Amino acid sequence: MRNLLTLVRKELHQYFISPIVYVVAMVFLAVTDFLFYLQVRGISELSARHMMQMQGEVPQLIVHEAIFIPTFRNMSFVLLLIMPLLTMRLFAEEKKGRTSELLMTSPITITEIVLGKFFAAMLVYLLLLILSMHLPLILSIVTDISWTPIFASYLGLFLMGGVFLSMGLFASALTENQIIAAVIGFGILIGLWVAGVSGGNTGESTLALVASYLSISKQLDSFIKGLISTRGLTYFVSMTLLGLFLCYRVVESERWK
Amino acid sequence: MISVKHLSKHYGPTVAIDDVNFTVEKGEILAFLGPNGAGKTTTMRILTCFMPASSGTATIAGFDIFEDPMAVKRRIGYLPEAPPLYPEMTVTEYLIFVAKIKGLARKAIGPGLAGAIEKCGLGEVSRRLIGNLSKGYRQRVGLAQALIHNPDVLILDEPTVGLDPRQIIEIREMIKALAGEHTIILSTHILPEATAVCKKVVIISRGRIVAVDSQEGLSSRVRKSDKILLRIRRGDAATPAKIKAIAGVLQITPQTSAPDDETAFIVESDIGHDIREHLSKAVVEQGMGLLEMQPLVLSLEEVFLELTTEEKAVDAQPPAQLAMTSKIKQGAL
Repeated sequence: MRNLLTLVRKELHQYFISPIVYVVAMVFLAVTDFLFYLQVRGISELSARHMMQMQGEVPQLIVHEAIFIPTFRNMSFVLLLIMPLLTMRLFAEEKKGRTSELLMTSPITITEIVLGKFFAAMLVYLLLLILSMHLPLILSIVTDISWTPIFASYLGLFLMGGVFLSMGLFASALTENQIIAAVIGFGILIGLWVAGVSGGNTGESTLALVASYLSISKQLDSFIKGLISTRGLTYFVSMTLLGLFLCYRVVESERWK
Repeated sequence: MISVKHLSKHYGPTVAIDDVNFTVEKGEILAFLGPNGAGKTTTMRILTCFMPASSGTATIAGFDIFEDPMAVKRRIGYLPEAPPLYPEMTVTEYLIFVAKIKGLARKAIGPGLAGAIEKCGLGEVSRRLIGNLSKGYRQRVGLAQALIHNPDVLILDEPTVGLDPRQIIEIREMIKALAGEHTIILSTHILPEATAVCKKVVIISRGRIVAVDSQEGLSSRVRKSDKILLRIRRGDAATPAKIKAIAGVLQITPQTSAPDDETAFIVESDIGHDIREHLSKAVVEQGMGLLEMQPLVLSLEEVFLELTTEEKAVDAQPPAQLAMTSKIKQGAL
C-alpha cells in the first residue's frame, strides 16, 4: 500500500511538471466549452421562438436532452482524442530512460507499478472532469437543470476514462516510443468506439450483438441519458481490468526477452 | 555473500552466458572484466532479478534469486550502465523516491539520504534538477541511488563509462571507500580500472568465464615463458639464428616496429631460467651494439587478450605478441 502511494505520488509529480497535462486540459476545456456554447445558443434561439408561441417554461428534461446529451457526447469524443496523450508517456518513457531497470530491481511488484500509473492517470482525469463541471454550473444559474442525469453522465464518463486509460497504459507498455504508444492507443479506442457502428450495419447477427456490446459509445449513451445500468458498469469495469491485465502481462513478459 | 552456480542465459539460439560460476566473499570487490557483449550486463541483470536465467541459480546474502526475489532486491543496490534517473526530479526528490521504493522505513529515510549525499559528494547539487546535471554528477546520483538503502551488495555496471579522467578517479575512490562495508561487483571493459579498484578479477568472454583469480595470479598463469625485449644497433639476416644459438633461448621474434637504424627482438626463455647474462655477453661479443634489454611482464591487458583470444592463437601472430608490439609503439622505444 505504501509502495502504491509512493508510485502514485511520483507519477503525479511527473504529470504536473510536464506540460502535457496543461495542454491536454486546455484543449479539452476549450473544445468542449465551444461545443457547449454552440449547443446552448442553438437551443436558446429555438426555445425563444418556442416560448413566444407556447407562453411557458421549457421543461427540465428537455434541457438535459437538448443540451447535455449532445454536450457529453461531444465531450466523450474529445476525450477519445486526447486521452492517449495522457498515457503514452507512462511506460514508454520509463523504458526509454532506462528507469524501468530501477523499478524492476526494487522490491515492489509489477502490479504496484501498473496500478500506481493507472491511479495517477485516473486522478488527473478526474481533475479534468471536475474542471468541466463548470458547464452545468453555469447553466444552472440561468435555468433549472436536473442534476441526477448529469451525475449519471459523469459517472459514465469516469468509468469510460478507466477503459481509455487502461488501454492507453497497455499501449504504452508495448513500445518505448511515445508517439507509437499514442497511435496504438488511438487505434484500440477508435476500434472500441466504432464497434457499435459496424454492428448496426450487419443487422442482428450474433457478431453484431457482440460488437454493439463492445462499443464504448453505445454503453456510454445509456449513462448520458441518465440510466445507470449494471450492464454498463460491468462493461466498463471489465474492460478496464482487461486493459490493466494486458498491461501487466506485457510488462512481465519484458523480463523474459 | 554472493554465490553463482551454473548460470546460463539464452536469447533464442544465442547464448548470452554459459555456465557461469563464481563466489564473492563479504566485503570483497570483484571486477567483472570482458569485452563488450561478453555477458557482463546479462549476468548482472540476472543477479539483480531484472531478468530470469535460463538455467542455474545464484544466492545473494543467503537468498535465492528465483525463490525469494523480493528479499534479494531489498539487499541489492544496482547501478545499471545508464543510470536510471528521472531528469524532471531534483536530486533530493529522486533519492527520497528511491529510498521509499527500496522499502526503507520512514525514519531511516532522512539518515539514508544524508549518508548517500555525503558519500557521493552531492551536497552542492541536492536541490538541482537531475536533467541539468553534468554526466559526472549524474553518475554520482546513480551511485547514491544504489547505496541509499545501505544494501549488503552493490552491483555496478560500468560505473565509470563516459566520464572524464578526473571523474573516473573520483568514482573509483568512492567505490574503494565503499568496500568492506558493502560487497561489490563491478563490471568494466577497461583493464586498468580492474587493477585500480579490485583484488579479484573474473574474466568473461563470449558468455564464459575464462579465469577467476587475483591480478598477479592471472599474470603468472598465462605466462608460458619469460620474455626479454632486446634492441641492438647492427642486426642482419643472420642475427636471429645467432641469438637462438645462445643457451636457454627458446624462441626469438623480430619486432617490425623498430626504427630503421635499430633492430628489436623478443627473446623467450623457460620460466625461471635467467638468460640475461648469457644474452648480453653474446650480443656484446659479436659486436651487435647492445642498446637495451628489458624483461617484459604481462600486464593485465595482455593477460586479458591472451585469455579471451586463446582460440585464435593459431593465427599468424599470437595475441600476446600483438599487445607487445603495440606497447613498443607506445613508447618503449
